[in-house]
Amino acid sequence: MLNLKSALGTTRGLAAALLTGSALIAPGALAAQEETTITAVMHSGLRVLDPVITTAHITRNHGYMIYDVLTAVDENFAPQPQMADWEVSEDGLTYTFTLRDGLVFHDGAPVTGADVVASLSRWGQKDSGGQLIFDRTASLEAPDDKTVVWTLSEPFAPLLDVISKQSAVPPFIMPARVAETSADETITEYVGSGPFVFNEAEYEPGVNVTYEKFDDYVPRDEPASWMAGGKMVNVDRVVWTTMPDALTALNALSAGEIDYLEQVQIDLMPIIEGNPDVTVEKRDELGYVTIGRPNFLHPPFDNKLVRQAAMAALDQESMLATMQGDPEYYNVCGAIFGCSTPLGSEEGSEPLTGGADPEAARALLEEAGYDGTPVVLMAPTDVVSLINQPVVAAQALRQAGFEVDLQSMDWQSVVQRRAQQSAPGEGGWNMFFTNWMVPEVSDPLINVMVNGRGDDAWFGWPTDPEIEDLRAEFVAADGADAQKEVAMKIQEHVMDNVNYIMMGEYIIPQARRNTIQNMIPSPVPVFWNMTKEAE
Amino acid sequence: MFVYILKRIVATIPVMVIVAVFVFLLLRLTPGDPAAILAGDSATPAQLDRIRERLGLNDPLIVQFMRWMGQLLRGDLGTSLISNTSVSGMLVDRLGPTINIALMTIVISVALAVPMGVIAAWRHRTWVDFLVMSFSVLGFSVPVFVIGYILIQIFAIELRWVPVQGYRAPSDGIGPFFSRAILPSLTLATIYIALIARMTRASMLEVLGEDYIRTARAKGVRENVVLFRHALRNAAVPILTIIGTGFALLISGVVVTESVFNIPGIGRLTVDAILARDYPVIQAMILLTAGIYVFVNLLVDVSYSFFDPRIRY
Repeated sequence: MLNLKSALGTTRGLAAALLTGSALIAPGALAAQEETTITAVMHSGLRVLDPVITTAHITRNHGYMIYDVLTAVDENFAPQPQMADWEVSEDGLTYTFTLRDGLVFHDGAPVTGADVVASLSRWGQKDSGGQLIFDRTASLEAPDDKTVVWTLSEPFAPLLDVISKQSAVPPFIMPARVAETSADETITEYVGSGPFVFNEAEYEPGVNVTYEKFDDYVPRDEPASWMAGGKMVNVDRVVWTTMPDALTALNALSAGEIDYLEQVQIDLMPIIEGNPDVTVEKRDELGYVTIGRPNFLHPPFDNKLVRQAAMAALDQESMLATMQGDPEYYNVCGAIFGCSTPLGSEEGSEPLTGGADPEAARALLEEAGYDGTPVVLMAPTDVVSLINQPVVAAQALRQAGFEVDLQSMDWQSVVQRRAQQSAPGEGGWNMFFTNWMVPEVSDPLINVMVNGRGDDAWFGWPTDPEIEDLRAEFVAADGADAQKEVAMKIQEHVMDNVNYIMMGEYIIPQARRNTIQNMIPSPVPVFWNMTKEAE
Repeated sequence: MFVYILKRIVATIPVMVIVAVFVFLLLRLTPGDPAAILAGDSATPAQLDRIRERLGLNDPLIVQFMRWMGQLLRGDLGTSLISNTSVSGMLVDRLGPTINIALMTIVISVALAVPMGVIAAWRHRTWVDFLVMSFSVLGFSVPVFVIGYILIQIFAIELRWVPVQGYRAPSDGIGPFFSRAILPSLTLATIYIALIARMTRASMLEVLGEDYIRTARAKGVRENVVLFRHALRNAAVPILTIIGTGFALLISGVVVTESVFNIPGIGRLTVDAILARDYPVIQAMILLTAGIYVFVNLLVDVSYSFFDPRIRY
């Protein structure tokens, strides 16, 4: 009466089990037939399903579930074949990609060169690295179903690094009919060739999203490493569910209602640390950076000396300690490309990492002739990871002699206001803070804060021809050593010119039930390779 | 009666239009840009502008407003700017959990609070009265999320009688629905029990002093009949008003409870939409809320005449 259908189902199952005798001999046999579902609480709800139109992390994570990529970086930041192998001509102008066998989309159609060309072209309109490649592209063609030939007009040494990057917008491969959507319009069909299939019927924007194992996916043979290697799916379903309340998510994990929690708030750690059924770990060792961005258009930060004064006034240790609390989860680091990346260098970063120096800051302000123009700091009040930085910075800047106007607002208001180029007194701003994943700042082509093209640059709009020359030098640099050398010059330049203020690195721990095993350590949480045992 | 209801419904039209205009203008005057949410953190100003153009956000306000009004008149609530899904579909999905939890809360509250209030009034200035009033003060003063966490700690984590969080529709089975709905309903009920019990007590106290009660008692009518048939019926009007507005309040979204118990209701939908400046969703939500208030008030007004025959329309 209560639930006739399931009651009938149980009776039928029991009868069948009794007939075959399996219920008597092997009670576990039935359980083993059951579907394995991983229920995960991600850092935010999935609302945008087009991984090219947005740089939101949750949408990128969704992209890796259902789409595949041509090439992908492994844990050493080295590009590896994923859907395709490649060959580069000796002059560095022609890249020939050959698709591997067995690639099919979720609708059963084989993946062809035409799909790849359409997908790369759409991505190239949105992605800043992609735009640089397409500026130098003579042609991108698919001579046959298995081959894609990318011909450049001038060499672009980091091409494979750019198309293999895991963030912010990786070039996911979609069917040509989907990829032909304008790059400013969101796609409406979500068919990929990746290891999971998106279950559109069960999708509730911002609440739940369900993926099912794609049975026809053929993984590579190599072991999985970051986004590269064999993507072996050992579970039937993955459900991402959104829990706006951090404590509820922890309680649900403790009670076994969910299997995995992508982000654990540091201050709630004591609640879960003693639980023997749960493992808390640092799965993404690279972590995040927090940064301050000055506005180059208006006084006082249009003056290099004042920017240097601000950098001298700020102190990473106190900022990170206020943000994270536990030193185990932060790292004083002055490398603008991140401390544990191939291009990371702490050259010239002592003003940042060596503690605040209000005296030096005062001297710089005096030299600059600072007239007490108030500095407008935008302080978001609704994003946990961004609440503290402006408050700590305001205090440090005041101690060094700055007049500070700390303005509280919600993050959406920050996002809209930081796009305003008007003067701080007329709706503009002087400085704001934000966070990036380390892979998103790890080289000069990805890191938007080292773009120096004035109005076309990222918010703050520095006109910095010197850094643009260095970026061009980086594109032309052949080989890892040559690239590293240019990256060092960029580091020194940013430390001197203060294009942005690197405020250090931090790590967000993750938690899982002990029944979940074999997760790949990676900045992007992925659900291949992992296994789930019965509790 | 029919004419009265019809008149009331017609009278809501100008109210809804004013609400619509007000909401539309207020949203457009609030800083925030849905295009920025859609595009993400590293979008350039030029990319943002192209997205705004496509979403129609660069059009003059009056054009945007007329477009929205045109859609509404066709019964179309539009499409979410962020998730690109139909707003009416989102509302339907989210309304179910909220209405079910609200109904359960009101049923629990009325079932407990009305007898509590009646007994408190009957035993005026005794320890029973004192107990009921203390509970009401407590129910009002403790924040709802604290009660929620306490209930979760006791019943979900220590005793393991029910799950910590989540929602299942009644169509998935009464057991799964009830086990997940009971804690949020109890949490919310603490407030409404307090509210309804106080109102019942006050209203009953007034009625119990009336002549006809004395007459009824003098005639030898049993005390429970005096209380629940004679007195409560005459005390019902203010109690019904409180229950009605309480119900409307519950439906318009109890965000904190929905967050603490992870219920995908319309309270959470509204907050998410506001944070993302998803205009079509916010507009529809506010219109819906206004509509619910108007409808519930109408129901309450109509129900007065059943309890108090002197009220005629």
